[in-house]
Order: sequence, then C-alpha cells, then structure tokens
Amino acid sequence: MATVTEQLATAPPPGERRRRARPRPARRRRVDRVHYLFLLPVLVLFTLCITLPAVMGIFFSFTDSVGFGEFNFVGFTNYAVMFSDPAILSSYGFTFLVALTTVVLVNIIALTLALGLTSKIKGKTALRTIFVLPMMVSGIIIAFVFQFIFNNTVPAAAEALGVGPLQESILSDPSLAWIAIVLVTAFQYTPQAILIYIAGLMTIPRDVYEASSIDGATPWQQFRSITLPLVSGYVLINVILGFKDFLSTYEVVVGLTDGGPGTSTVSVTMSIFRGFQKGDYAYQMANSTIFFLITLVIVLIQLRVTRGRTQF
Amino acid sequence: MAMQTTLDPVEQDPTAPAPSRSQTRPTRRRSSGTRVWVTTALMIVAACFVLLPFFVALSMAFKTGQQAVQAEAFALPSPWSIEGFREAWTLTNFPVAFSISLTVTVVSVLGTVLLSAMASYAISRNWNRRLFRYSFLYLMTAMFLPFPVLALSQVKLTGMVGLDNPAGVILLHIMFQMSFSVMLFTAFLRSLPGELEESAYIDGASTWTTFWKVVFPLMMPMAATVGIFALLKGWNDFMMPSLIIGDPALQTLPVIQQIFQDQFSNNYHVSFSSYLLAIVPAIIAYVISQRWVMSGLTQGAVK
Repeated sequence: MATVTEQLATAPPPGERRRRARPRPARRRRVDRVHYLFLLPVLVLFTLCITLPAVMGIFFSFTDSVGFGEFNFVGFTNYAVMFSDPAILSSYGFTFLVALTTVVLVNIIALTLALGLTSKIKGKTALRTIFVLPMMVSGIIIAFVFQFIFNNTVPAAAEALGVGPLQESILSDPSLAWIAIVLVTAFQYTPQAILIYIAGLMTIPRDVYEASSIDGATPWQQFRSITLPLVSGYVLINVILGFKDFLSTYEVVVGLTDGGPGTSTVSVTMSIFRGFQKGDYAYQMANSTIFFLITLVIVLIQLRVTRGRTQF
Repeated sequence: MAMQTTLDPVEQDPTAPAPSRSQTRPTRRRSSGTRVWVTTALMIVAACFVLLPFFVALSMAFKTGQQAVQAEAFALPSPWSIEGFREAWTLTNFPVAFSISLTVTVVSVLGTVLLSAMASYAISRNWNRRLFRYSFLYLMTAMFLPFPVLALSQVKLTGMVGLDNPAGVILLHIMFQMSFSVMLFTAFLRSLPGELEESAYIDGASTWTTFWKVVFPLMMPMAATVGIFALLKGWNDFMMPSLIIGDPALQTLPVIQQIFQDQFSNNYHVSFSSYLLAIVPAIIAYVISQRWVMSGLTQGAVK
C-alpha cells in the first residue's frame, strides 16, 4: 500500500482530464476537499484544547500571576525558588518513590499472573475475567474501598491474629502511608500489564519449549533462558508505560490519604492542582513545566525502546 | 477474516497439548497433570485477592445501618438489607449523576471514534503531502502532555468560554484520546488494501461516500479498541471532571463519590452502596461483552 502511494506521488503531474475508467483515478493527484474537511476540525479543536493551554502554562510560568488579574514577568524566579522549596522537593521524592516501587511490584505480579494465565490451567477464561476486572473500576472508588480495608479490616485482622504493628492503620502513619498507595496503585494497574504480558507470551513459539523440554530443561531454566529473554521487550514497555502513568498518581492518593498525614503523601500532580487554591498559579505552572520535561524524557525513551525492540 | 484472527490473540490457545509427547512419555503426563492443578489452585488464590475488595463492598453495602457501623467486612449481612442503596440513591441524586456519566461516556466514545477515524483517513491517504504528515506528528505531541500539566490552564480556558460543565469534559476527553486513537487508526488504515476504495471510486462514488460506506465499516475492529479505551476513560475518569466541572450538581459518578465522602462518614452501608451503583454498570457491560473488550484492550495495550 505504502509503495503504491509513493509511486503515485512520483507519477507525472496532472494535466489530463479525469476519466472514470482509468485504473488509477486522478483523485490521487489533488487532495480531495473532503480530506481537509476530515482533518481540519480536529486540528482546530486540538490546538484550542491542548496546544493553547500548554503554551499558556509555559508563558505564565515566567510570571507572578495568581491565576487571574494583572501579572508581571519574573524570569526564572519561579524555577529558582522551586528547586529549594521543601514542599516541591518532597512531592517529587514521594512521587518517584511510589512510581519506582509500583513499577517493580506491578511487573513482578503481572508477569507471574500472565505466565499462569498462559500455562495449562483450568477455568482460564473465568480467571482472566477476574484479573482484568479492576481495570473496569474507577481508581477513586478502588481507593475508597481500600481506605476502608486499611482503616478497619486490616487492623481488625491483625488484632485477631495478634500481629502487633499492623493494629494501627498504616494510612495514619506518615512513614508507612506510601506503601498503601503503592499497593492500591499496583492493584489498579496490574490488569493492563497482564494484558501486555499475555500478548508478549503469545508471540513465543511453542516448539521452543517443546524442544527444550526434550533436552531436559526444567521449568525454571525454561523461564530464565527462553521466556524472560523473549518477553524482555514487553517488560521494558510495561516499565516505561507504568512509570509514566505512576508519575501522575493522583486519585489513589485522594481516595486513600488526601496527601496526609500532614503532607507526607502529596504527589506532584496534587501539588500542581492545589495551585489554584493557594494562589500560586504561576509557581505551579513552573512545576508543571518541569513535570512535563520529565514526562517528555520518559516518552522519548519509550519511543526509542518500542521502535528498537519490537515491531508493531 | 485475517483481521478477525489478529483481533483476538488471547483466544488462540497456546497450551494446545503436544499429543505425541504425552503419549510416548506417560510418567511425564501424570506429573504435568498435577502441575495443572497446582497452577490452577495458585491462580484461584490470587483471584481471591483481586475479588477481596469487591467482596468487602458487597458485604458492607447490604448491611443495615446498625450493623454497618461496626465496620466488620467479614461478618455477612444479617439481615440482608437494601436500606443503603435506597439512601445512596436519594442522597447522591443517583439518576442525575448516572445520566451525566452516561452522556459523557457515550458522546466521548462516539466523538473519539468518528473524529479520529476521519482525521486518520485523511492523514493516511495523503501521507505523501507534508501538511498531513506534519498534522500526524502534531497530533502525536499530546502523548507527551499528561493532563496535570495542562489542567490549570484548561480550567481557566473552559471557565472563560462557559465550558466548565460536562460538555467541556467531553470535548477534552475526545482531544486527549486523539493521539492514541489516530495512531491506532492510521496504522490500521495503512494495512487496509486500497483496491476496495479504488473500485468504489471507479463506480463513481465520491470520497465522502467511499469513506462512510466502504472504509469506515472496515475500520470497525479497530474502532472497537479505540472505543473501549475512550469508554473506560469517560466512565471512570476522576481527575478531569473534578477540576473542569464547576457545578457539583453536574458532576460525574466517580467525582460524586468524593464529594459525598464526608456525608457518608460512618454510614458504610450507604457509601458502599453508592460505590456499587457507580461501578456496576461498567462491570455488567464488561461481563456481557467480555471477549470483545478483552481483545480490544489487548490490541490497544500492545500498541
């Protein structure tokens, strides 16, 4: 298809009249007006909804605007202040901690479950339905349910079993609350990772396993020497996609701790959103811009990886 | 037909047994038989963990107020009561919130599929023109822009033009889905044989007719994938509506749960009933159209 299009592109310029019976209709030469009609509304709306706000954000990050009214240009002041602001630094620290831990956890769980789901088991369809179920539920609702579980069910169970440290809710412990956030984020994100791994595991030809088992390879050896190398591309995709998503962690935090106790679980996204309430709009726009640059780097890595490792 | 098979990679059975091997090695066969059961048992245990929060929600929602306040998830409701659902229904004004969520979801899905299909068609059929090629790259830039980065400016802009309501949320949902959807559609269109379009043109159909009558129906498998992702976003998203929609009375279901969190307080039967009311439509839809959803999600996830 692509080559056909290219050939037509280099075909002699128009000049002859359009004739219906010709094998290659003349429509290829000139862009049909309908094609503009199809594309332009999207471009216009996209510019208004995405590009304009992005440009606005960067513009205001160099001002002292509070979100409305007059403002002055302040150069890089917002950025300079940001890098020594303990609130901002701790929000980045927290966010990276959560994102990295969740990425590791999600990938271990998802790969294990995907291996289980693609091996010989009974009731495969039913199990797969259950494992994908959390994907259908809003993150904020999952978080509210887990808030109840962490506050009531877990302490009650710990008391019944005599496990001392867990009798207090981990959500009210500033040094432990992040673990709850990691667990719930992992719960919510694992289905997507499972689906990617299942797709990856499907690409491994069965005869590789058969050949190796005839040669006497143990399941563990098969996993180490066949499965892992062959799904490594998918591991990378999952790590990068997940990391990008976890950096924007917001609703799980809102549902579980709302940033507390104190400010120990305020994520970057949460601190940006609070920009309006506290009147430091311009300041949080600088924060957004930095956050954008971090995401940009991650997406660029992603594009390189997906292009290099696997053919989609 | 080839499309059908690529659409559904999950359904291909990778575990088709190798009959020759199991016949020649009977001992191996028995040990792999136990392994099947051990793996199945482990997977069921893991599935129970996934179902735990759903069990907690059901167990709490069907309790009476008196029993729910004790917050014991593992004590089954006695007596079973729908008191919580009744209260949640009126307290959160469920019918209104449900209609708003449904409208946002349906319009977002339709808008995403139609607009991105049209744009992708124009792009893929004019790939040799710079305008269209650059437009594609331009639309892809949104993948670099997470919502939090744009949020405050979008709140300002939507407020200024009177779109701080569900309509604004729909518009933004469609635009945020655009990169991903156009990427999927253009890849799909490139693999579509051009002959069908050619013959439609030869028969004298206009581009407009050809697209709607010939090309768009062929795009349906990919439209399912694009639609499912738009649907999940539209129904479940919390961040965007919570910031964009100014009037709490016009909020979508996920945001409603947060707004009423304080009023629910220790009336766990009401809060959990409310959560269930919000998630059950999506879960029913999922269970009914499971095979579709699964293959659609797998397609999109891998892209």
